[in-house]
Amino acid sequence: MATRAVAIEDAKTGKVTQAVYEHPSIVRLCHWVNAVALFVMVGSGLQIFRAFPSFGAKIPQKDLLNWPKSLAIGGWLGGALQWHLTFMWIYIITGLVYLGYQVFSGNYKQVLFAPRDVPGVWPMVRHYFFFGPKPPVHEAYNPLQKHAYTSAIVLGALSVLTGLAIWKPVQFSWLAWLMGGFHWARLWHFLIMWAMLGFVFGHLVMVVLHGWNNFISMLTGWKKDPEYPAE
Amino acid sequence: MNQRMDRGKFKTVTRRELLKLTPVIALGAFAIPKLQVPLLKAGLGISDWASARLFRSGHLAPTFSASDLTPFDKFPINDYDVDDPQVDFDRWTLTVSGAVQKPGDYTLAQIQTLPKFTQNTRHVCVEGWDVIGNFAGARLADFLAAIGADPTAKFVTVACADDYYESIDLATARHPQSLLCYEMYGRPLTREHGAPLRLSIPTKIGYKQAKYLTDLKVTHVLEKVGYWEDQGYSKFYGL
Repeated sequence: MATRAVAIEDAKTGKVTQAVYEHPSIVRLCHWVNAVALFVMVGSGLQIFRAFPSFGAKIPQKDLLNWPKSLAIGGWLGGALQWHLTFMWIYIITGLVYLGYQVFSGNYKQVLFAPRDVPGVWPMVRHYFFFGPKPPVHEAYNPLQKHAYTSAIVLGALSVLTGLAIWKPVQFSWLAWLMGGFHWARLWHFLIMWAMLGFVFGHLVMVVLHGWNNFISMLTGWKKDPEYPAE
Repeated sequence: MNQRMDRGKFKTVTRRELLKLTPVIALGAFAIPKLQVPLLKAGLGISDWASARLFRSGHLAPTFSASDLTPFDKFPINDYDVDDPQVDFDRWTLTVSGAVQKPGDYTLAQIQTLPKFTQNTRHVCVEGWDVIGNFAGARLADFLAAIGADPTAKFVTVACADDYYESIDLATARHPQSLLCYEMYGRPLTREHGAPLRLSIPTKIGYKQAKYLTDLKVTHVLEKVGYWEDQGYSKFYGL
């Protein structure tokens, strides 16, 4: 992978710091716009869910959970639908722009979980969860990270497809059928949201653990003092 | 060999990279109350536009076998006002007006002379629940032909005995599964389900399928959209 790298020289102290360009501006832009869009989609989605917090029959209705209104966006069903049906376009567009850029620039190799990453998963899991030794770092993302990001992309695509099956169960009846019917599409849409929230939680924990330089790299693109050798 | 860069120069580079993210700030417009309403209206408008494009007049909504039907007593009754607006069946007529050749009052018997169609289709509520019901009635397309509706018209609007009102785009109104429904589950409509006449349109969301119809108007421009649409719901909401 051709990564741009520089050696930053401090004229006063003579100290030299390595830095690599990890995230192209389109990727960063899509990341932050999509983060906002995801926040609105989840918030408004939970308000929509409040209108019928169940997955069975309307009569008798058994509510799955009483989701608090304060943790939702839109105020009422109609308002939430406005947010949901507006931000879904932003969510879809950032997703497509990101995917298009990754594929055509070849940058996907940085993040796509491939078969060659499989052997590296277990050592990473051992390191993160069972205090195992830290495996050597060769590139921007370790195998477990790649797995997480690739899963998030797949979840993003599935959230759009299940949403489409709920929004247009007649025009895309084949899609609803593929998901096991309208009821299942609605349940999948809901579960995929929780899976996505699970990813976001893990992602945020990792951001905190990996420190400032790592966080800043998603803003400026440049990561100072990378753990892997800057070519 | 890495490119060497002065610390000050690197700061300029990273600042420039950071500035490339300024478009994200544009999303803040959604937080400004004055802009929020028109922006969300525009977003819903785009979705409605896309919905109309996705509608295919030749594509039928899935139909179901009798064993898939939701039992009649489990078919929810949703109103915005009252379950029974006290329609006087003996004096009831459907008042037709607008861009039609034969305006006037139509009795239920007249509507029932049109070919009767029965279908088991899914009724989807905007709230998220759905039921599979048995509906029978005349095709709205046949009725529009019978009253001589202007083929260049764009909308069918209906008014109801409970002061509810709705509108349907003409392409959807002409869909073969769009019914002027007078029977559910093989029996005349009950009062709670919209007797004597309601819309059953399996390609539309539930709130578009008005009950207790009293007036039907064919128009070129959308004069009244619908009760829920006026509260902020989608205007098209095709399924």
